[in-house]
Amino acid sequence: MARHGRIAAGAALLLAAAAAFVLPDWIISLATIAFANGLVVLGLIVLWRAGLVSFGQALYYCIGAYAVALVGRATGVTDAFLLMLIGGAAAGLVAFVVGFLLARYREIFFAMLSLALSMILYGVLVKAESLGSTDGFSVASPTFFGYAPHQEKLLMALYWLVLAVCAIAAFLIDAYFRSVSGALAMPVRDNEIRVEFLGMSVSRLIHTKLVISGLLAGMGGALAAFAIGHVDPNMSYWTTSGEFVFITILSGAGSVVSAFVGSLAFESLRSFAFAMLPQLWQMLLGSVLLLTILFLPQGLGSLVTRLRWRRKAAAP
Amino acid sequence: MLTAFAILIDGLVYAAYLFIVAVGLTLIFGVMKILNVAHGSFYTFGAYGAATAIGIYFDRGWPDAGGFLLMALLAMALGLVLGLILERSVMRLVYGRDEVVMVLVTYAAFLILEDVVILVWGAQSYPTYQPLLAAGNTAVGALILSNYDLGLIATAALIAVISWWALKFTRYGRLLTAVIFDRETAAAFGINVTAVYTITFVIGAMLGALGGAIMAPKIAVTLGIGVEVIVLAFAVVAIGGMGSIEGALIGALIVGICRAAAVHLVPQVELFVIYGVMALVLMIRPYGLFVRAQPRRI
Repeated sequence: MARHGRIAAGAALLLAAAAAFVLPDWIISLATIAFANGLVVLGLIVLWRAGLVSFGQALYYCIGAYAVALVGRATGVTDAFLLMLIGGAAAGLVAFVVGFLLARYREIFFAMLSLALSMILYGVLVKAESLGSTDGFSVASPTFFGYAPHQEKLLMALYWLVLAVCAIAAFLIDAYFRSVSGALAMPVRDNEIRVEFLGMSVSRLIHTKLVISGLLAGMGGALAAFAIGHVDPNMSYWTTSGEFVFITILSGAGSVVSAFVGSLAFESLRSFAFAMLPQLWQMLLGSVLLLTILFLPQGLGSLVTRLRWRRKAAAP
Repeated sequence: MLTAFAILIDGLVYAAYLFIVAVGLTLIFGVMKILNVAHGSFYTFGAYGAATAIGIYFDRGWPDAGGFLLMALLAMALGLVLGLILERSVMRLVYGRDEVVMVLVTYAAFLILEDVVILVWGAQSYPTYQPLLAAGNTAVGALILSNYDLGLIATAALIAVISWWALKFTRYGRLLTAVIFDRETAAAFGINVTAVYTITFVIGAMLGALGGAIMAPKIAVTLGIGVEVIVLAFAVVAIGGMGSIEGALIGALIVGICRAAAVHLVPQVELFVIYGVMALVLMIRPYGLFVRAQPRRI
């Protein structure tokens, strides 16, 4: 079954990559942002499997984005790969440091403390005049190993870069879920003390998950900074974190692919709602969130599983 | 000396505002274990309701006291209706689910209500300065203080005393304490927990709306005012300990004084200081100042 899943995911990836030649620009740029945010959601899923919900994931997202923008501005480096790694590493480092603190917290207190940390960054950025305060500042167009595309070509190059990063991340996280450390997420969620009796350190497990999720969120932020071409403090505001949690609920924690499907669904929904019902788009989003929680508690991913079960049940 | 006095007064005014907003949030959390993001919507509705009341009442030469009363009454009526609808239609469906799921449900309600505000009141902002003018000023030494601000402090103190008295000395307060302590045992003793939940949620909503009404003259009543209030109220409640009324009071005072000190002394750290204090308190006392740690369950 797992092999079928991987083949299907690989085919979907090739299809998505080929779609860049056919689809109009606005869909490509929407998908670029959606998949970049999907990386953040993937990190949230890693945490969610252990029963943790972070209302401050925007912290790492924002650090990734600002790291790209600042390093680009200070050194003139424009290479997308290098900057992206710097963004991810910066966020991962921050996650590692605050992880010593956060790993001791659970449930609502974990959510609150991560919220507080992201709001601290927001408070600092808003008051930082040299970083453009609330306006933020713009990010130079990235280059790819010396290749400096423009406009449409840049759009496609970025899209492929995001797709490639997402594919690698999905593959690695899928492997992580199968590893001992990853598989222990559910037991941690159910009963930590029993896990400790098995001889595992729960706080170290959670610390690892925090660093992974921070790293992914930083990469997502870095890619989003390229795609948007601009960074501002709102990337660290609590509503941004709220959106990521929203997408996580929409996706469900069933599989790594659902993060990207959910993110794409969310971004399409938002663009649609924003264009069609400019006065009512938040209402539409809120209703979708509410209906998902009430009727699809396992997220969009569970639709596939349900269909599969039904087909199995129908087969003689 | 003058700066110290100014910090104290500004801090108290800000703390009064924070307390009024946070007390409803902490009440709902204490009883129902719901961290209510929709509290920001109650605040917004209260503020818009007060703005409507000001539009109807002021500038007509009627006695000012009636205007203040109408502001508060209209806002609390809105809170009552909104709280009742939300609790009976949505929250009822998710009782007993995970705490984090309930946060998300209220987040969904918040998103929906943000647009309900646009549908009802439109996207323009409302002028609400009249009550400030009507209240006038008092000179204390070299400082000129608005009577409205002084009234705000008095109102917050009054709410603190009333909620303390109601919890300790009334029948409903005793029932509430029992439910907070142990919901199942309380139900086994014949307390109608469903009714207690509904009443608590509605009271919390009315307090949130009252907070909005009181703040309406001091801010521009416009879109998006609820977004910031939520995180501020979260910070206050987290510092004091979620579910604790004394905690909300102390949390509001700490945040209020710290912010006022930052504004007067180092304006660059104004926003930073609130969440910095919150993170610091949570580092030392993870469950807040007034809540003791829960034993881990096996």
